[in-house]
Amino acid sequence: MGMTVVEKILARATCRSTVKVGDVVEPAVDLAMSHENAALVINQFQEIFQDTGMDATVWDPSKIAIIFDHRIPAESSKTATNQKKIRDFVATQGITKFHDIRGDEGGICHQILPEYGYVRPGYVVVGTDSHTTSHGALGAFAFGLGATEMAAVWALGRVLNVEVPSSIKVVVNGSFGEWIAPKDLILYLIGRLTAEGANFRVIEFHGSAISKMPVSGRLTISNMSMEAGATAGIVPADDETELYLRQEAGVTDDIERVLPDADAVYEQTIEIDAAKLVPQIAKPHMVDNVSPIDEVEGVELNQIVIGSCTNGRLDDLEIAAAILRGKKVARGTRMLIFPASWRIYKRALESGVLMDLADAGAFIVNPGCGCCLGVHQGALGDGEVALATTNRNFKGRMGNPEGEVYLCSPATAAASALTGVITDPRKVGA
Amino acid sequence: MPEMAKVILKLGDDISTDAIYPGRFMATVLPTETPQFAFADYAEFNAKLKSGEVAPGGIVVAAKNFGCGSSREQAASTLKGWDITVVAKNYSRIFLQNSINLGLRTVICPSLEAEEGDELEILADKVVNRTSGKEFPTEPLPPARQAIVDAGGLIPYARQKLVEMRKAAPAAPVAPQIYN
Repeated sequence: MGMTVVEKILARATCRSTVKVGDVVEPAVDLAMSHENAALVINQFQEIFQDTGMDATVWDPSKIAIIFDHRIPAESSKTATNQKKIRDFVATQGITKFHDIRGDEGGICHQILPEYGYVRPGYVVVGTDSHTTSHGALGAFAFGLGATEMAAVWALGRVLNVEVPSSIKVVVNGSFGEWIAPKDLILYLIGRLTAEGANFRVIEFHGSAISKMPVSGRLTISNMSMEAGATAGIVPADDETELYLRQEAGVTDDIERVLPDADAVYEQTIEIDAAKLVPQIAKPHMVDNVSPIDEVEGVELNQIVIGSCTNGRLDDLEIAAAILRGKKVARGTRMLIFPASWRIYKRALESGVLMDLADAGAFIVNPGCGCCLGVHQGALGDGEVALATTNRNFKGRMGNPEGEVYLCSPATAAASALTGVITDPRKVGA
Repeated sequence: MPEMAKVILKLGDDISTDAIYPGRFMATVLPTETPQFAFADYAEFNAKLKSGEVAPGGIVVAAKNFGCGSSREQAASTLKGWDITVVAKNYSRIFLQNSINLGLRTVICPSLEAEEGDELEILADKVVNRTSGKEFPTEPLPPARQAIVDAGGLIPYARQKLVEMRKAAPAAPVAPQIYN
């Protein structure tokens, strides 16, 4: 019987010829990523070693990545102290894939890992962040876990007691219409699957619209597969994956593609015609509360956000600039831009994209998770409404349970910035 | 918790980890410090927990996909801190795993009917609502999880594995030492 991508990756990671859905395995980990929550991981890690008589040393410091992104620069003395504790640990353990608060190599973890070539097709990647699903965009099996589980990975180099998940095959054919983006596709899919539709399952993406999609868009759909509950969202590696890793990440060694067998077994297959998609909006307070844009056009907005690990890449900023260039963000609406990394920030600076956005009235914030998780850099006031290209709109998400968050594509966000109300980008154009 | 406990909070579908432990408190990580922010945006409930009006050891009842969203472990440790048991129709994967890892009691009970104030008895294969007199079957945890529960949580489980592994293959290669 043929295997899906996740089955193949788990077979390799456990040195078996085959695994099947439901098998319990302990896969070896190729990359273990954490951000500021490494502070808790360190705690739990040291506890595992307690009374063993062994030194608390990580299994392989070259396979651990730590990226500061959630609260940068530190919003509180507590965070700054946690970051200091992590820096000390990184130095003591010899962890090399460490991205501090720096303009030359900093950014959001889910952008840094691909940019620096830390993820390859076929890898088992774990992260103490639910949107670790992002890295499925490069053909890896990448999934989120908690701090204690990560502590066990740091100690053992493998994930304990993983059940081989079943897969949902999503086939997307056809071409996207003008101003329609991968974000619209994934919002549509989440609406269709619901927030728990892929819980304990992997989504595997196929079809001509996926083949033609650049890695930036694949990162968006893999990232938000999590919002349908998926363990992972995998785009099997292809020429585009390899091109990205060579050109963007400077990878020179062999890249092996782990592909599904032709007779792989899927729990279900969903077919989507990209040409039929219209701009999609996730309404408060659930990501699966999705509707076509015409149902919510005209909703008044206080804050518009473009950025995050979902949609803070160069092409996202370019689309926004194309719509806003020479025009103005509507008075009474504030627009925040969070590029996903400093590499992206600087490219957008050089190309004039950031200048165009700032001249239009957008407020450019440093790369990082910013206001998405509601800690700092853009909380909502009571009763305020936001439209964001981020990935979650749960109650309280943008720092205030009395606020409301709608989710959309960068084009929809930029078009809405011009009017101050939710606006269909196809009606504004550039 | 005692065998019998009271439902202290009843919730619906898709309760996110932002609802259980809002993101703005994420700089607080230690299990000893997280309990104060349990359900912080359910301000009244949070206040009752902190004042003692709601006693520790109670039951939170929820519907489907409890704990969806962020992987933050604080969502499990904050409930564990109040010795809470969660009884839900089903759970989001990462939250369920975190709960098992930390020893937060999570019961899968797809058909449960219970209201706030009801007394529930949690048995090996069912939940008995002592207030209504009705019984509801429970489902076992996913197979891979039971071993962690039996070991008393992931830390002791991983410690046991660590000792086995490093005994079998003593430590990583060590660089040759230079003695002066």
